[in-house]
Amino acid sequence: MSAVAHEHDHHHEESFVTKYLFSLDHKMIAKQFLITGLIWAFFGGGLSILFRIQLGFPNADLSWLEPLLGNWIQEDGKMDPNFYLAAVTMHGTIMVFFVLTAGLSGTFSNLLIPLQIGARDMASGLMNMLSYWFFFASGVLMMISLFLETGPASGGWVAYPPLSALTDLGEAAPGQGAGMTLWLTAMALFIVSSLLGSVNYVATVINMRTKGLTFDRLPLTIWAFFVTAIIGLLSFPVLFAAALLLIFDRNFGTSFYLSDIYVNGEALSHVGGSPILYQHLFWFLGHPEVYIVLIPALGITSEIIATNSRKPIFGYKAMIASILGIAFLSFIVWGHHMFSSGMNPFLGSVFMFLTLIIAIPSAVKAFNYITTLWKGNIIFTPAMLFSIGLVSLFVSGGVTGIALGNSALDIQLHDTYFVVAHFHLVMGAASFFGMVAGIYHWFPKMFGRMMDDRLGYVHFWLTFIGVYMVFMPMHYIGIQGFPRRYYSYSAYDTWSDYVNPETFNISMFISIAAFITFSAQAIFVFNFIYSALKGKRATQNPWNSNTLEWTTPVEGIHGNWPGEIPEVHRWPYDYSKPGAKEDFIPQTVPFSETPESNLEGEA
Amino acid sequence: MNAVGDKKEGQLVHPQKLIVWLLIASIVMVFAGLTSAHVVRKAEGNWLEFEMPSVFLVSTILIILSSVTGHLALMKANAEDFVKSTWLVIVTFLLGIGFLVTQLEAWEVLKADNVYFGGELSNPAGSFLYVFSGLHGAHIVMGLGFLLYVLKAVLSKKLEIQRRKDITEMGITFWHFLDGLWLCLYIFLIYNHEIKIDYGDRSN
Ligand code: HEM
Ligand SMILES: [Cu+2]
Repeated sequence: MSAVAHEHDHHHEESFVTKYLFSLDHKMIAKQFLITGLIWAFFGGGLSILFRIQLGFPNADLSWLEPLLGNWIQEDGKMDPNFYLAAVTMHGTIMVFFVLTAGLSGTFSNLLIPLQIGARDMASGLMNMLSYWFFFASGVLMMISLFLETGPASGGWVAYPPLSALTDLGEAAPGQGAGMTLWLTAMALFIVSSLLGSVNYVATVINMRTKGLTFDRLPLTIWAFFVTAIIGLLSFPVLFAAALLLIFDRNFGTSFYLSDIYVNGEALSHVGGSPILYQHLFWFLGHPEVYIVLIPALGITSEIIATNSRKPIFGYKAMIASILGIAFLSFIVWGHHMFSSGMNPFLGSVFMFLTLIIAIPSAVKAFNYITTLWKGNIIFTPAMLFSIGLVSLFVSGGVTGIALGNSALDIQLHDTYFVVAHFHLVMGAASFFGMVAGIYHWFPKMFGRMMDDRLGYVHFWLTFIGVYMVFMPMHYIGIQGFPRRYYSYSAYDTWSDYVNPETFNISMFISIAAFITFSAQAIFVFNFIYSALKGKRATQNPWNSNTLEWTTPVEGIHGNWPGEIPEVHRWPYDYSKPGAKEDFIPQTVPFSETPESNLEGEA
Repeated sequence: MNAVGDKKEGQLVHPQKLIVWLLIASIVMVFAGLTSAHVVRKAEGNWLEFEMPSVFLVSTILIILSSVTGHLALMKANAEDFVKSTWLVIVTFLLGIGFLVTQLEAWEVLKADNVYFGGELSNPAGSFLYVFSGLHGAHIVMGLGFLLYVLKAVLSKKLEIQRRKDITEMGITFWHFLDGLWLCLYIFLIYNHEIKIDYGDRSN
C-alpha cells in the first residue's frame, strides 16, 4: 500500500492541457462527460422544441425562425418536412446515445466507481481519456452533420434500411446522403468510446476494490454501473456489426439489407438482402441499450433514496438480483420491437412471454423503492425529489410496456404515439431524472459547493408536472392511431378532428407543455453555473452518507485520498441502525467501534 | 509506469490481462452478430451457391501452426529463455502474414469464380464470406501489431522479467483467440455457406 501512496505524494505541476483537456484523472473526465452531455441535452431538447412547434401549430407562420434555420423554413413560412424528419432523428440519436448513455454513464461511472470502491483512479486512465475523446470526436461529426446543406440523417434514430441504405439524393431523403454517412461514422466512434469506457469500468470494479469491500458490500450504484458496463460490452459490438453491413450496402454495393427496391419506377441493382435482418441486429443492441440508459439511473436512485430516507435500502440482495435479472432478460426480448415485421406468430409469442417476464424484476425494484421510503425519516432534497420522481415515471411508463409487450395489442399500437409515450416516460424522463438527481446529489463532490435547494425545488416541480403533461396525452392520441414521425396530421381526415388547427387541441397542449418544461431547465442551468462558481461551500459529508466518496477531501485531489485508502468494514446502508449513536454509520467504521448497534454475527 | 500497471496485492486478476479478455468478449459479440445474421439471412432463400476456395484450408493450417509457435514462444518466455522466445515470436508473426496472404489469395479465387463482395452480381452469400474473412483479417492486423509489441518486450533489456512474461502472455492469448475465431468461422462456413436442401426448380 505505502508504495502506492508514495506515488501520489510528489505533486507535479500540471499545465492547462493536462489538467482540463487531456486529463487522466477520473474526476475531471467525469466532468468532461457531464458538461458535454449537458450541452448535447440542450441541442437535443432544442430540436424537440422545433418539431413540437410544427406538430402543435402546423399552420403557423414560422418565418421568425429563419435566422436560425435558414432554408429549412420554406418561402411560405412553413417548416421543410425534411427538416422535421431530420430533427426527430437527431433528437432521438442525441438523447439516447449522447445524453443518456455518455452523459449519464460516462459521468457517474467515472466519478463514482473509483470514489465508492476506494481506488485511486480507474484501471486505465489512458483508456478512460480516450473514451472521452472518442465520444467528443463522435459528437463533432454529429454536430457537423447538423450544419450540412442537405441536412443530417433523417431516417429515424433506429436508422432502418432501406431508407438508411440509399445514398443518392432523391432516392430517400436529402439527409440520407452525407448526413447519414456522418451519422454512421459518428456512431462507430461512439461505439469505440463506449467500449473503452465499459472495459475500464468492469476491470476497475473487479480489480480495484479496497480491502473489505466485497461484492455483497458494494453500493447499488456500483452494481448498476458494473452491470451496465457488461451489457454495453456485449451489445454495442452487435450494433457495430449492423452498422458495418449498412456501410457496405451504402458504399460498396453489397445487398445485405436491400432487395427489390424501386425508386421512381426503376429497380435498384441490389438483390437478395433483407431489411428485417437489420432490425434484428439493431434491436439486439437496441433493447439492451434502453437498459444501459436506465440501470445507472436506478442505481443512483437507490443510493439517494436510502440516504435521504435514513433507512437501509429495502431488499439489498433482491435489488442486485433484479438488476442481474433485467440485464440477462434484456438480451432475449429484442423481438418485441418487431412484432409487426411479419415475424412468425409463434416466435412472437416467445418474445412476448420473455418480455412480460421483465415486469417481475422491474416490479421488485419499484416495490423496494417504495418500501424503502415507507416510514423513513425522509429528507426532501432536490436529489431526493428527482429520485422519487424517477420511481413514479418508471412505474407509469413500465405499465404501458406491459401493454405493448402483448403482441396482439402491439400490432395496433406499434409506431404510434402510445409507444412514444411509453418510452419517454420509462426511459427518457426516468433516466433524465436519475441524471439530474445524481447531479444535485454529487455536485458537492464534483465542484466542492452546494446547489441551491429552492431553485432545485422549483426546477423539480415544473419538470415533474411538465413531463407528465407532455407524455400523458400522447397515450390517448396513440390509442387513437396517430403514427409517430409524421410531419402533419391535420391533412388527414381520420385525425383532423383531433388536431384541428383552428381550435385549441391536444397537440397544442402537448407542445405548450413541452415549451414550459424545456424553459424550466433554464433554472437548472442557472443553478448549476451559479452554484459551481458562487454556491455555498460544501462540507465533507453534506448528506450524512455512508459511502466512501464522502471520506475524501472536499477539494478533490489526485489519488483521491491523501493518505492510505480507507478500509471497508460494513455494507453501505447502515442508516438509523437501532441502538447506534447517530443515524448513519459510514462503511469505514469497524464493528468493534459500534458494539451498541451490532447485530448478531457482526463483530 | 505503464498505463494499467501490474497486478497488485489483493487484486483478483492482472488488470491488463482482464482487459484483453474483455476485448475478446466484445469481438466475439461482433462475430456472433454477423454469423447470426448469416443464418437468418440464409433461411430466407435467394442464396448463391458456390465452392469454398480450397486455399482457405492452407490459411487454416498456417494459423494453427502460428498458434503452436506462439504457444512455444510463451513457454520459452516463461522459462526465461528470451532468445528462443524471440525467434518463435518472429516465426509466429511470419505465419500470420502468410495467413493474410492466403486470405487475399482466396478472395482472388472467389472473384474468378464470380463470387463478388459488392456490385450487381453480388449476393449476400458471397458478401458475408468477404465480411467474415475481411473483418477477421482486420483483427489479424491488430494481432500482428500486438505481436510486434510482444517482440519488443521479449527483446527488451529494460523491462522487468515478469512484465516481459505478462506482455507475451497477453499477446499470445490474443493470438490464440484469433486462431480459434478463424477456426470457428471456417467450420461455420463449411457447414453453412450453401443451402443443403433440395428446393426443386431453381430456374429464375
Ligand atoms: C415492463 C417492462 C417493459 C416492457 C414489457 C416493454 C415493452 C415494450 C414494447 C413491446 C415496445 C415496442 C413497442 C412498439 O414499437 O410497438 C417497447 C418500446 C420501447 N421501450 Fe419498452 N418495455 C418495458 C420497459 C422499458 C424500459 C424500462 C425502457 C427503457 C429504459 C423501455 C424503452 C423502450 C423504448 C426506447 C422503446 C421504443 C423504441 C422505438 O421504437 O424507438 N421500455 N417497449
Ligand atoms: Cu425493448
